[in-house]
Amino acid sequence: MDTNKNSYTIIYSIVMVVVVAAVLAFVSLSLKDKQNENISNEKKQYLLASVGLGADADFAQVIKEAIVVDGNGKIVDTATSDIANSEAFNISTSEQTALIKEGAPKEELRLPVFIADLPDGSQAYIFSAYGAGLWGPIWGWVSLKTDFNTVAGVKFDHQGETPGLGAEIATPIFADQFIGKEIFVDGEFTGIAIVKGGAKEGSTNEVDAISGGTITSKALDASIRMWMEAYLPYIKSLQALAATPMPIEGEVVETQENVETK
Amino acid sequence: MDKNIITNPILKNNPVTVLVLGICSALAVTVKLEPACVMAISVTAVTGFSSLIASLLRNTIPNRIRIIVQLIIVSLLVILVDQILKAYAYDVSKQLSVYVGLIITNCIIMGRIEAFALGNKPIPSFIDGIANGAGYGLILIAIAFIRELIGSGCLFGVQIIPESWYMANGGWYLNNGLFIMPPMALIIVGCFIWLQRSLQKEDSKK
Repeated sequence: MDTNKNSYTIIYSIVMVVVVAAVLAFVSLSLKDKQNENISNEKKQYLLASVGLGADADFAQVIKEAIVVDGNGKIVDTATSDIANSEAFNISTSEQTALIKEGAPKEELRLPVFIADLPDGSQAYIFSAYGAGLWGPIWGWVSLKTDFNTVAGVKFDHQGETPGLGAEIATPIFADQFIGKEIFVDGEFTGIAIVKGGAKEGSTNEVDAISGGTITSKALDASIRMWMEAYLPYIKSLQALAATPMPIEGEVVETQENVETK
Repeated sequence: MDKNIITNPILKNNPVTVLVLGICSALAVTVKLEPACVMAISVTAVTGFSSLIASLLRNTIPNRIRIIVQLIIVSLLVILVDQILKAYAYDVSKQLSVYVGLIITNCIIMGRIEAFALGNKPIPSFIDGIANGAGYGLILIAIAFIRELIGSGCLFGVQIIPESWYMANGGWYLNNGLFIMPPMALIIVGCFIWLQRSLQKEDSKK
């Protein structure tokens, strides 16, 4: 057969593309569940890491509640069981980031919040963050203690930041700096600043940036700030709630002690 | 069968040290042994099977779209590898990130299809592909061995250099951070090339 004829070439390429597409579609469909399970497991581990727990902790035992709030602090959805299938767990933070950046109406935002029961009996609220790094997206979780001011822990990850430089945001050495920092100064929201050249001694809301990873550090700073600002109405309503009933006094004293020991 | 099909690509005609192909990924994924091994296996599988498929189809491929057909075969296999890694070796696939997809651009694969598989029977082509992938993988693993040992003091993530040697624990040792950076991979590849060239020169004198 003449393999150089135009008609042969065209038919050959069409058949080839159809066969290849069919193979890929089949493989993609049959591996989808397994891949999604991996992604969801990783997310669970990161949520646990953001409150300082390792992979051996039982997700279902720690994360007891998942809520969705809008930009006005109104609770839209609450899930107390089967967290992995809850609305909050499956929110696409990248889509929400786009909405926040566009300046979409606050009631259209859907922000996930997870409530963790820690082994020491205290609670932590886990908030999300997402933004653009140097080479790709960066994201993470910031957890606050029940004074809704002190950071209990953070966990960040990235898609492709430079190893040894920007990629250091995923390391415990960087993340541990955030523990005990406060997002409010004298009742004013300040967020946490990632400062190039080093945080000021004794500062309650500054951490050291990564030397050589300036763009990633700045991007992370901006991402956390943007998301915290979106959460702000909700955080403030929690603070107001926490300020009214009695038991909170004990909590506040406890957290201050924690800060001092660190 | 000619055993040179197997030994040549691994030693005398090694794709990395002699033909200097596939350097890009050799720099990127050799910081640690685990991703380097997975990368080596992935590339070997892709070169082997793409050569096999190309060789099976060699008499039907229209000459004018030859390269495109090769590209489709290679990318099909690379996407398969990527999907399988994402499902069964998620952590490693995250470490390799874009470099799995970039196997497509590895010149070794297209080079072997064009130079060997299109003119030879399927079985020798398959072996040629596997041997070339193995030659590449061998160098990759050797580089990763040196870089992980000196750069992080571990092998496969297991600490090899005793903790008590480290300065942080009052010892005298510090990991050499240079070995984690890409330039060091290039220098190590250079040393391998030097080593191999000088050894082969002695061979040819005999």
